[in-house]
Amino acid sequence: MTQPAITTHALTRRFGDFIATNAITFEVAQGEIFGFLGANGAGKTTAMRMLCGLLKPSSGEARVAGFDIYTQTEKIKQRIGYMSQKFSLYEDLTVKENIRFYGGIYGLSHRQIREKTGALLGKLDMEKEANMLVSALPLGWKQKLSFSIAVIHDPSIVFLDEPTGGVDPITRRQFWDLIYESADKGVTIFVTTHYMDEAEYCNRISIMVDGKIRALDTPSALKQQFGAATMNDVFLQLARAKS
Amino acid sequence: MQPIVVQHISKSYGKVSALRDVSFTVGPGELFGLIGPDGAGKSTLFRILATLVLADKGQAFVNGKDVVKDYRAIRREVGYMPGRFSLYQDLTVEENLRFFATIFNTTVNANYDMIRDIYEQIAPFKDRPAGKLSGGMKQKLALSCALVHRPSVLFLDEPTTGVDPVSRKEFWEMLQRLRQRGIPILVSTPYMDEATLCDRVALIQNGALMRIDTPTAIVEQFSTKVWAFRASDTWRLIRDLRAYPGVESCFAFGEFLHVVMNADPEKVKQDLITEGHTGVAYQPANAGIEDVFMALMRAQTEIS
Repeated sequence: MTQPAITTHALTRRFGDFIATNAITFEVAQGEIFGFLGANGAGKTTAMRMLCGLLKPSSGEARVAGFDIYTQTEKIKQRIGYMSQKFSLYEDLTVKENIRFYGGIYGLSHRQIREKTGALLGKLDMEKEANMLVSALPLGWKQKLSFSIAVIHDPSIVFLDEPTGGVDPITRRQFWDLIYESADKGVTIFVTTHYMDEAEYCNRISIMVDGKIRALDTPSALKQQFGAATMNDVFLQLARAKS
Repeated sequence: MQPIVVQHISKSYGKVSALRDVSFTVGPGELFGLIGPDGAGKSTLFRILATLVLADKGQAFVNGKDVVKDYRAIRREVGYMPGRFSLYQDLTVEENLRFFATIFNTTVNANYDMIRDIYEQIAPFKDRPAGKLSGGMKQKLALSCALVHRPSVLFLDEPTTGVDPVSRKEFWEMLQRLRQRGIPILVSTPYMDEATLCDRVALIQNGALMRIDTPTAIVEQFSTKVWAFRASDTWRLIRDLRAYPGVESCFAFGEFLHVVMNADPEKVKQDLITEGHTGVAYQPANAGIEDVFMALMRAQTEIS
């Protein structure tokens, strides 16, 4: 059996008296699409920053792509991709320049960058836009481009932080096509979203409430467990029950 | 008098058309939704109505006043919550509220009945800097600040973007209560499911209104037959259905795929099973606003 892409055990982060992430324990298998859900302020971002090697935990254990999140953060960063709605591409660089920039950051050779650029532009049908500034692209295109750039170095895990917020309904689904395609190739997807229909597209999901993981299973098992018709109902039950 | 009237408004930024010949009216006490993705032109329309940007063509009236000539009067009468968090991050909750009351020459106490319902939910945090509030609470404060001068029209530009489903639901419950007070509300959102909470909606994409009606009528008039399919391997099902003869579109909708096609669903099911799919099931889908929006988007792309 292959080792899990992510394992955490009692992973905790405090800020003063406040426990942002409170002893969370879970595993994500390789090639799995894992939805990481929770209300605003539930502790998702803190957990994600620890898993990406950007924030030291207060206590607990975690391994990402086989590497320890205390001592091997640089190795982790080489093996993961990251994209968020807020920060992704440089608006004042062209499409091609962004690809070259991120390829360079991840240590690809000139030749690799050239090959990747051609393949990526072809796949997204963006050859004509190659020399356009990213700021001139519609939001949906930017999101698809930034996903493709987030996986340009063939990471084994990609972290997506609300990748589809505000995107039109067709583009949102095309974006999920890209996610499915990557997962199909064995890339592990760790994704947060506020669209509950997207929770259904995940193999398994966890729901965080006040720093703790309160539910973790496949979407259909969770609906059954909570006697709910939709994931939205499951979410409302859990998040409303908190205080 | 219709509180909001928009007539043939167009606006371009350089070569980009932000709005193309947009017309609609919002009636007294109506909760009117502007539904569309980021970049559709929603914010530009709000800025024109809030008298902050001039249209290239067309006219618009708020409470019967012209947005160009009578901009001073309009600014006193409208409450406007811009799309980006617009409060002073380093002022406390209470200071922000007092600030907005003061610039409109009034006090929080004089209009407290307007905001009581909403403000009471954030009052326990009144000494906290606005920048330190959670997403849902920021939106409640911003709405309080937009209401504190007792406006007669409310403009809310994407008040629920990036807000979790629980806070979104609470926010819409507040809007329903405001509507009961008779205040007309123009609200925009990229979340299609919120359309059903409005009296009427306009679907907007690429700067043009594609449809204006009640959410129920929009869905009822959608005559295309949509089938819901599922199988154990969703991604394989998407690819196989898109390649299936007669399938026009196939998109994921929660646990099912919504499929528009000229084919017998039972035959499709049998063929899928023959191709090795497991757990195949289908049923007629209840098309929603999102199905309609996607169909209209596709039609718009074909025309242009």
